[in-house]
Amino acid sequence: MSMMKNLIDGTNFDHKSLNALQKVTLRAVVMSFLFFGLVAIEGMIMRLVVTGPANPLPPMFSHPEHYFSIMTVHPIVGIFGSTYQLVFAAFMFLVPFLTKKPLYSIKLANFVWLMITIGTALAWLAAFFWQYAPLYTLYWPLPADTTQFHAIGGVVFIVGVALIMVGTLGFIYNIYATIFARVGIHKDKTTKELLISGFGIDGMLNLVNKLRGKPPYTKEPALALPVVAIFRGTVDTFLDAIVILAAGILVLVFLLADMSGANWDVAAVDSLLYKNFFWWGLDLVADGLVLIYVAGSWYLLATLITGQKLFMENVARAALMLELLVSWMVWSHHLLADQGQPEMMKLISGEMVTAFELLTQGLALFITLVTLWKARPLKMTMELKYLLGGLVGFGLAIPAAIIQADMGMNRVLHNTQWIIMAHVHIALIVGLYMTLYSALYVLWPIVTNNTKMYSSKLSNIHFWLYLIGGIGMGAFGGMAGLDGMLRRHLYVNGEFNTLMILAAVCGTMVLVAWFVFLFNIVMSVGIKGLIGIFLPAEDPTASYGIEPEEIAENHK
Amino acid sequence: MTFTNSAELLSFHWVAYTIYAAMIISVIAWFGYNLTRKDAKSVFRLPFYTYMAFLVAGGVGHHIFTYNTIPWVSQDITRHDITPDASYQFEIKDHKWIGLPKKITVQCGQTIEFDARSRDLVYGFGLFRQDGSLVLQMQVNPGTDVNGILDPNDILWTFNHNGVFDLTSTEYSGPAQYTEDGEDLMLVKNFVEVVGCKDGGGKL
Repeated sequence: MSMMKNLIDGTNFDHKSLNALQKVTLRAVVMSFLFFGLVAIEGMIMRLVVTGPANPLPPMFSHPEHYFSIMTVHPIVGIFGSTYQLVFAAFMFLVPFLTKKPLYSIKLANFVWLMITIGTALAWLAAFFWQYAPLYTLYWPLPADTTQFHAIGGVVFIVGVALIMVGTLGFIYNIYATIFARVGIHKDKTTKELLISGFGIDGMLNLVNKLRGKPPYTKEPALALPVVAIFRGTVDTFLDAIVILAAGILVLVFLLADMSGANWDVAAVDSLLYKNFFWWGLDLVADGLVLIYVAGSWYLLATLITGQKLFMENVARAALMLELLVSWMVWSHHLLADQGQPEMMKLISGEMVTAFELLTQGLALFITLVTLWKARPLKMTMELKYLLGGLVGFGLAIPAAIIQADMGMNRVLHNTQWIIMAHVHIALIVGLYMTLYSALYVLWPIVTNNTKMYSSKLSNIHFWLYLIGGIGMGAFGGMAGLDGMLRRHLYVNGEFNTLMILAAVCGTMVLVAWFVFLFNIVMSVGIKGLIGIFLPAEDPTASYGIEPEEIAENHK
Repeated sequence: MTFTNSAELLSFHWVAYTIYAAMIISVIAWFGYNLTRKDAKSVFRLPFYTYMAFLVAGGVGHHIFTYNTIPWVSQDITRHDITPDASYQFEIKDHKWIGLPKKITVQCGQTIEFDARSRDLVYGFGLFRQDGSLVLQMQVNPGTDVNGILDPNDILWTFNHNGVFDLTSTEYSGPAQYTEDGEDLMLVKNFVEVVGCKDGGGKL
C-alpha cells in the first residue's frame, strides 16, 4: 500500500464499524493528543527562551508579557486539555468495559470532551490575545490585578477554566451513574454494597478478618480493583473541581466589579488562607487524583497483560482507602516556605502525611512488579514497555518530591526548577503519560476494532525518544534547580545556559517523539478515518463486550 | 555531620539523588529484561514487610536526618525565641523594595533576621550566590492585622561562609517585575556581604 493511500485510508480502520462508545472515546483521544502537541511546542518555546541571547526565536518570545502568558496556559493545556481528556476518555470506556454495563450517557460523554476542548481553547486565547498571565497558581490577588492584566482577558480565562470544570463534573456524573446503575452484573447489588466496594472498605475488612482468623468479608468484591481506583480518584477530581470553580468565581467577581467601575479592596481576601484553600484543591489533582488513577491503571494493565489476579489485591484495595485520607491532608508541603503557615501544619501535613505517599505509591509499584514477575515469561510488547517506563517515571518523580517536602530542603529548593522538572515533568511526561500510552496500546485493538498499527518500528522509535527525552529534560532541569534556577522567573542572559541547552535537546526529543506517534496513528486510521471519528455513530451501543481475559492471551 | 550552608547540602543532594536515579532505572531495566526470560530466577527475595519497613524508614528517616544535619530547620521552628544579632525590616510595593538597606555586612557566625512585608502582591525573598545558587528563600505574603499593620514574613539565618549575595523576589508577581527586555527590576546586586570566615567556613 502506498504511503499516500495509507495517509488517506489508513491500514484497515473502518470508522463506520465503531459504536457510539468507541467513537466518543476516540474523539477525546484525538483532542488530547492535539493539545499534547501544543503543550510540547509551548514547553520548547520556554526552554529556548531561557537558553539566553543565542536562542533562535524572535525577540517577542523573551518579552515578559509573552513569556509568562505561555507559562500560564502551558499547564492548563497540558493538564486539562491533554491529560484530563485522555484519562476521562479511557475511564469512560473502561468502566463499561470492566463492569460489562453500558455507559450512563453517550451524550454526556460528548459534552465532556467538548466542554474541556472549548474551555482549554478559551483559556489559551485569553493568554494569546490579552496576555493574561497570573500563572496556574493564581496566587491572590495577582489574578485580580488589573494594573497588570486586562480584565476582559481574565474573564475569558476564568470562563475557560470554568467550562473545563463543568466538563469535569459531567465526567464525574457519568462515571458514578454507570457504576451505581443496577443492571447486568450489578442487578442484585445494593448501593451500600457498591459504596463499600468503591471505597475499598471490603478489602480492608477482608484483611481484618484474615488477621482475626475469620472468613473473608467478601470473596467476590462488587467492583473490580481498577474500578475502585477510578471510583476513589473521582472523589478527589470532584473536590478539586469544586475548589477551582470557587476560586474562579472569586476572581471573576472581582474582575467584573473592576469592569463596572467599582474599586473593591483585594485585601479583603487573606492571601495565605486563599493559598491554603487553593493548594488543598489543586493538590488533589497531583497527590490524590494522579497517584490513585495511576495506581489503578497499573493494576489494570498488570492484570490485563498477565491475565492473572493481582498480587495482594486486598492490600491494594485497603491502600486506596488509606490514600483517601492521605491525599486530603498533604497540601501544606506547598506552603513550607510561607513563614505565616503554622509550624504544626508544616510538620504534620507538609512533612509527615506527605511522606506517606512514599508508602502508598511504593506499595502500588511493588504490587504491580510482583504481579508481572509471577507471570513471566512475558512478551516485551509495546504496552509492557510503556508500563515499565511509567513505573520508572514515578520511581524517579515521587522521591524527588518527598525530598523537597521537608523544612530543611524546601528552604533551598522551593520555587526552583527542581520541583517542576525533576518531579512534575518526570511524573507527568514519563510516569503518567507512559502509563497512558500503555493503556492506549492495550485498548487500541478494542477501541478501533482491531485496526493494524501502521508501523511497529515507529512505535519503538516513539518509545525510546520519549523515554530518554522525558527523563533527560527532567534531569537537566532538575540540576538547574539545584544550581538555583527559579521556576517562575525569566532568564534572558543565558544564566543557566549549558543545562538549559541540554534540557532543550531532550525536550526536542519529546516533541519529535510526539510527531512520530501522531504520524503512526494518522497512517493507521487515515485522514478519512480521522474525520469519520467525529461523524455520528451508526451503532448507538454504549458498551463493549470483549472479555478482559482475551487481551491477556495476546501477551503469552 | 552538619551542613554549614546550602551549597554543601545541595552538593550532597545532587550526588545522593543521582545515585538513586541510576539505581531505580537500572533495577527496572534489569527487571524488564528478566520478565522476558524463561529461566529467570529471583536474585534475591524482598519480603513485603521488609520493603514496607524500608519505605517507612526512608520517609521518616529523611526528616530525622535533615533535622539533625541542617541547622536552619530547628532555628526556623524556634525563631521567635531567638534574639538575632541584627534585624532588617523592609516592605515591597509595586515590585519595588521599600526601606531596604543599600548593603548589609554580616560578620561570620552572626544570626540575622530578615522581615519582608508586602503591601500588594505575593512576592518572594531570596538570596543568591554569585554563581546563581540559592542561599535561602521564603514567600512574602501580603496582609494586615486588625490594626492595619502589615503581616510579617520573617526568617532567621546564620551565615557561616564568606560571600557576596544578590537579592531578588523568588515568587512570580506578574510581568511588571521585568523590563520589556526581561531584565529583573527587583534584583539587588551585592545586597549581603559576609566577612570574617575561614576559607572552609566557620569563624577565623
